[in-house]
Amino acid sequence: MEPAQRALNGKTSAAPSTFPGLLLEHATVRGARPAIREKDLGIWQTLTWSDVADQVRQIAHGLAALGIQPGMHVAVIGENRPRLYIAMMAAQALGAIPVPLYQDAVAQEMVYVLQDASITVAIVEDQEQVDKMLEVREQCPDLAHVVYDDPRGLRHYDDPMLRSYEALMTTGDDYAAQHPGFFEAAVAAVQPDDAAAMFYTSGTTGKPKGVVLTHHALIDRARAVAELEQLTDQEDVLAYLPPAWIGQNMFSYTQLLVSGFTVNHPESPETVSIDMRDIGPTYYFAPPRVLEGLLTHVLIRMEDAGRIKRSLFHTCMKLARRVGVKILDGESVGLWDRLRYAIGNVLIYGPLRNALGMSRVRVAYTAGEAIGPDLFVFYRSIGINLKQLYGSTETSVFVCVQSNGQVRDDTVGPPISGVDIRVADNGEILVKSPGLFKEYYRNPEATAEARDADGWFHTGDAGYLDTDGQLKIIDRAKDVGKLADGSLFAPKYLENKLKFFPHIKEAVAFGADRDHVCAFINIDLEAVGNWAERRGLPYAGYTDLAGKDEVYQLIQECVEQTNADLANDPKLAASQISRFLILHKELDPDDDELTRTRKVRRAFIAQKYGVLVDALFAGKDSQHIETEVKFEDGRTGKIAADVKIRSAKTFPAIAAKAA
Amino acid sequence: MSHTDRDQRIGKVMLDLQNISLSFGGVKALTDISFNVCEHEIRAIIGPNGAGKSSMLNVINGVYTPQEGAIEFEGARYSHMSPRRAAEMGIARTFQNLALFKGMSVLDNIMTGRNLQMKCGLLAQAFRWGPAEREEIRHREFVENIIDFLEIQAYRKTPVGRLPYGLQKRVDLGRALAMEPRLLLLDEPMAGMNIEEKQDMSRFILDVNDEFGTTIVLIEHDMGVVMDISDRVVVLDYGKKIGDGKPDEVRANEDVIRAYLGVSH
Repeated sequence: MEPAQRALNGKTSAAPSTFPGLLLEHATVRGARPAIREKDLGIWQTLTWSDVADQVRQIAHGLAALGIQPGMHVAVIGENRPRLYIAMMAAQALGAIPVPLYQDAVAQEMVYVLQDASITVAIVEDQEQVDKMLEVREQCPDLAHVVYDDPRGLRHYDDPMLRSYEALMTTGDDYAAQHPGFFEAAVAAVQPDDAAAMFYTSGTTGKPKGVVLTHHALIDRARAVAELEQLTDQEDVLAYLPPAWIGQNMFSYTQLLVSGFTVNHPESPETVSIDMRDIGPTYYFAPPRVLEGLLTHVLIRMEDAGRIKRSLFHTCMKLARRVGVKILDGESVGLWDRLRYAIGNVLIYGPLRNALGMSRVRVAYTAGEAIGPDLFVFYRSIGINLKQLYGSTETSVFVCVQSNGQVRDDTVGPPISGVDIRVADNGEILVKSPGLFKEYYRNPEATAEARDADGWFHTGDAGYLDTDGQLKIIDRAKDVGKLADGSLFAPKYLENKLKFFPHIKEAVAFGADRDHVCAFINIDLEAVGNWAERRGLPYAGYTDLAGKDEVYQLIQECVEQTNADLANDPKLAASQISRFLILHKELDPDDDELTRTRKVRRAFIAQKYGVLVDALFAGKDSQHIETEVKFEDGRTGKIAADVKIRSAKTFPAIAAKAA
Repeated sequence: MSHTDRDQRIGKVMLDLQNISLSFGGVKALTDISFNVCEHEIRAIIGPNGAGKSSMLNVINGVYTPQEGAIEFEGARYSHMSPRRAAEMGIARTFQNLALFKGMSVLDNIMTGRNLQMKCGLLAQAFRWGPAEREEIRHREFVENIIDFLEIQAYRKTPVGRLPYGLQKRVDLGRALAMEPRLLLLDEPMAGMNIEEKQDMSRFILDVNDEFGTTIVLIEHDMGVVMDISDRVVVLDYGKKIGDGKPDEVRANEDVIRAYLGVSH
């Protein structure tokens, strides 16, 4: 039998059920097809599946020579780079467990993970990460080897702990010569129920927990989605989010190995939008904040455009909002509107999709947090098949995915095949799925708390299954509270509503057990800065701009419009924002105010800015505050400001319209 | 990198300035100044406004001809230098007030730095005749390496005039690097930058010195930055040399303290 045919037969009967098995299959079946591309010196460089398999073999031997045994952890720290992906595959081929870390975390944040996972070998991207490893070596006595990908700036480092990726390849070749048959035996010994990867949850509260996922769990979920969306090996994907985030890892690593498509790595984090246009991905994944950033960028550019272009854009977008989504969903739309949409497509939507690099997108997902309805509709109305999905690290991402044509902005879709969902009495969503995590690493109490005896995983999200079987998420279960008068208070819902305004970057709402709702606002420096420039309003920086009366007026209008919207919803009308302030500094993960995935840590912020919260609820007009800030290099400084507080108009609740 | 490492790398004297005096009419810009620059060294020239720092740099790369004194570069002695000859000998510079082509892209601006290395004629280049195309590919690759080095990939095709000041400074440095200089003159590379941009630029200067072994002479206002990255420092005041030595020595020099703290003369 020809090898290709054998593999093909193998696919129908017993498809490989471990990551190294998948890799070797791709190398046989589609050895010459591109697996990983990276833009280097302005040119896209391609590694085919057989190139990747060869390098994985080399690096796996190298890691074995450094003493990596099955079951050990290997830290991988950096952006999306081919060599780091190969290192993860190599670790998995040995039965070891890659642990990707957030590359923008400061050294001290990494200590906990390095200690907890008893890391002996870390594969890192560049000097920045090497410096962090050297900084924490005293605290992490197990750490014995650091392998770096990019040698720049490292010429004069002579620490025996360091070695280059090339050196590791050579070590691997030597090891291979001495141990023939080692790789095959190692791969064969890997079992589907072994741990395949460990991700540390960013943790909005407490210490991060290592979520252990097996080969079977990850691969099963990726397969279910590949079937649902009919993903082929022809897809192109751009990997631009931290590989330590399960979303990116599932999407560009697990699915890469399951579906055998091509993943593209940007030249640098700043070039993502350019690279996206180069590649034109067919399968795209973005958390709402990225989509929001892109939309803000588009709107700013449009405001700078000439009058004719601007009015054309607004006319076309108005039409798109009315009929675009219906056309995408295949609903009936009048011929005249269809014709006008087709013209709009030529003039605006097509070029816009192209400018966003989304011309070829067949399936796009958003997840990570709730998406503002207007934001969601914007992308769908210009013909991008953006859908929501629901999942978490503990569920190997995919729990619910919206089906084509059944897309709504306020739900996350029905459970996908293999998943059972139940809503607990307190409104918390419980999940049973083949993709569930094995355990929290070395933390049986937490594991038992998150997964009950019957195998239901407690997601911590509050929501319910809608009449059409789609899951609807309201908020984090622990965040949903009540105002003093007993009406529902879902802070995230409010924050998301505020954040849809291009001028607002972050919002934090307070109101649990209070008489009314108050909010902190972070303005979007780019958008408001642009707005100020066009009005000839001079400003020195964020703090200065945030304190301007004109800016307060602008934000007040946004808040009042949000209130007007809320008044339409009988359940949430009481949550209208009565007072707000604009924070004097941007919320920042370095100051622990946001998680690394940029979710606001409400409790921490409430405590840190307690004075401001008190001032908001006490009805003061301004409040002096001094805040410590951390710079990127780890030094600290102080920002002091008198923060003004404004009241916003609220509206009487409009009774629910009868049918 | 430890200091001993650095000291070992520093080689013999590369550029020696001997008793340089320069005046414009009755104004004495430089008076009897001597100092040298060693291979692989980062040498800073500091001093208050109007101390003659930029004039000194202009003497080195041949824009000004000193009335007295001589310049010895790699063993050859010159009473004056011309800018063209300086460039051919491997001396490149950046400018205090950027001198970039604002309407051209970052890539094209840096490509202009390859001018001296291009051997094909204008016509051959215009029509991409045989060797011209190969040559262009070779130069483009070199320039791409610089773009990668300076981390400005995202602006490759952006007209320079649209970039913020800090990035324009980086492009200016890129163009100077494209000449493959042996001696790089930087005229206030950090003027007008915020703290973060200054840190980035310091990093790049150290990296250039480290990766390419380029000798660097820089003028700077910001004492902190200079003391951190320089091997040796020359201090000028009113056109005269008042200090010369390692950063620590200069910092302790009383004349220097007086000049910087503005004690009455």
